[in-house]
Amino acid sequence: MLTYIIRRLIGALAMLIVISMVTFGIFYIVPQWAGATPEALASRYVGRAATPETVHLVAQKLGFYDPVVVQYGRFVKGLVAGAEYDYGAGVEQCPAPCFGYSFISGQPVWPDLLDRLPVTFSLAIGAAIIWVLAGIGVGVLSALRRGSFFDRLSMGTALAGVSLPIFFTGMITLVIFSYGLGWTAPGGAYTAFLDNPAQWAYNLLLPWITLAFLFAAGYARLTRAGMLETMGEDYIRTARAKGLREREVIVKHGLRAALTPILTLFGIDFGLLIGGAVLTETTYTLPGLGQYAILAIRNQDLPQVMGVVLIAALFVVIASLVVDLLYAVVDPRVRLS
Amino acid sequence: MSFLDVKDLKIHFPTDDGLVKSVDGLSFGVERGKTLGIVGESGSGKSVTSLGVLGLHKGGRARISGEIWLDGEELVGATAEHVRTLRGKKMAMIFQDPLSSMHPYYTVGHQIIEAYRIHHDVSKQVARKHAIDMLGRVGIPEPARRVDSYPHEFSGGMRQRAMIAMALSCDPELLIADEPTTALDVTVQAQILDLMRDLQREFNSALIVITHDLGVVAELSDDILVMYAGKCVEYGAADDIFYRPEHPYTWGLLGSMPRLDREPTERLLPIKGSPPSLINVPSGCAFNPRCPYAERTEGKATTVVPELAETEGGHLVRCHMSRAERRNLWENEIKPVLETQ
Repeated sequence: MLTYIIRRLIGALAMLIVISMVTFGIFYIVPQWAGATPEALASRYVGRAATPETVHLVAQKLGFYDPVVVQYGRFVKGLVAGAEYDYGAGVEQCPAPCFGYSFISGQPVWPDLLDRLPVTFSLAIGAAIIWVLAGIGVGVLSALRRGSFFDRLSMGTALAGVSLPIFFTGMITLVIFSYGLGWTAPGGAYTAFLDNPAQWAYNLLLPWITLAFLFAAGYARLTRAGMLETMGEDYIRTARAKGLREREVIVKHGLRAALTPILTLFGIDFGLLIGGAVLTETTYTLPGLGQYAILAIRNQDLPQVMGVVLIAALFVVIASLVVDLLYAVVDPRVRLS
Repeated sequence: MSFLDVKDLKIHFPTDDGLVKSVDGLSFGVERGKTLGIVGESGSGKSVTSLGVLGLHKGGRARISGEIWLDGEELVGATAEHVRTLRGKKMAMIFQDPLSSMHPYYTVGHQIIEAYRIHHDVSKQVARKHAIDMLGRVGIPEPARRVDSYPHEFSGGMRQRAMIAMALSCDPELLIADEPTTALDVTVQAQILDLMRDLQREFNSALIVITHDLGVVAELSDDILVMYAGKCVEYGAADDIFYRPEHPYTWGLLGSMPRLDREPTERLLPIKGSPPSLINVPSGCAFNPRCPYAERTEGKATTVVPELAETEGGHLVRCHMSRAERRNLWENEIKPVLETQ
């Protein structure tokens, strides 16, 4: 078990290194292939009125003339140990993990990310609880009443859930529940959980439900398929032959086995979502990582974009690592291999 | 009335293609301490019969009729909840493939403890002691350690022993074993059969062994029921079936048994054709398309369903041929061929 964990941890670390290389490559090297010179890159860090000599000097100090490998090494060193930026007008300290400074605001990227992470996390965790409970519940009932009216209705609804984009359902729900009925917050506001839990939940309720609807649909279909398969297994017949109550047969023997693939899907979905629920945050104007990413891309603010990408990648890697470890807990057969 | 008494049991499944008559008018009985072997090819309705006795035939739309009396209690008309409380406690079942029949995510001990605690209001510690005790009694070495193993960590024979321990954990009075040795190595098969015989003596339970392997029933059974297309075609004491069989299908089964004392160059005597579809059972005697003696019945084979009639002292046969004709065929044509082989 311990070697399994260690092997997975090494794999996760290797994954992050590859991702950082690819990200670095895309944002530093590709523009140069496209013809952008070191001066052009440096010009983003100086004022518009700067002379070519100043630009050249800054490009030199930022190391844009160095070989790619050296630049990557410096980038990684900034992430791990922090960095010092010398603009000629004094040395700027950027503590680790240093993602650099925004081109637009001139602010360091890392504190921005830390500000926005709780928003996205709050959105994801609430939606996840709803979609897991609703998706699995509906899936189990559909499987047990296969072909019934409930099954058809819920699978039809699930199809709609998977198909309808969030900027459509989001707008509809905003119009009905926030502006029409006034039951939920109109969006745009975020209150920290520790400041006021009730307000936190009130502000996020509608985004939670809308986002959960999108995901619950897939989980319902997957649970239904999994339950239909496991309830036909021999060990289900054994459980019944023991005299176990049908409810326990379904939950302890059927659902338990059907949950394994759902766990995998959940890990990946949740990790991706932490990296930014772009559409949901944009629709409800929530100041999370997804909205941050959209603004960063629109402004071509490369340090910000890279910060979001790396954070998102980190969470996907962590989530899949946690899933793999949980897998070994859930399915004892995994521990051997 | 026997301890288990099944009367005119019918289990039919309506499907889109037609009515599947898996079990069609079956009657038999088993006493405590006795063993009944139910023999037949795949699809003859053996397994459905056993599942029907336990009330596990449901699968949605099955239609069941007839009577199942267990220790003076009728089960076909009983509520599902009442039958559930008997399942595992009064009647238990051992399944064919112990790997797929045990839950892969739970330890062997957990599954035995669960089976015990359904019917006994005891703490987990007490149930665990009982599980270890049961594993020891079915011959699993180091039961106190193996109780925490998962099914995939056991060998096939060990798994079947664990399965038996689970079935016996509540001391059932009726034990049904559905192809208990089919998935096992030959050497292990013999061990499991020995174990089942010993445990049956110890627990004094009624045992039903379902198999397609006449060798297995020869080892265990007091009585044998031969099934074909959902019906009983021959029923009798084990000696009747092995030494005085009267049904052509039983002759075929005996002729299909490989034997070590035969010359390797000689061929088996297989039954020609394959088992009939249970939707379109051949008219008249269901065995008539495969029966070498069908033309001896003056056309009755394809038009009239033969009755299950007593030939002698509890030995029942479902055949159109006269008793004298059957005996004559067995003594002069079949038996010599089987014996010289």
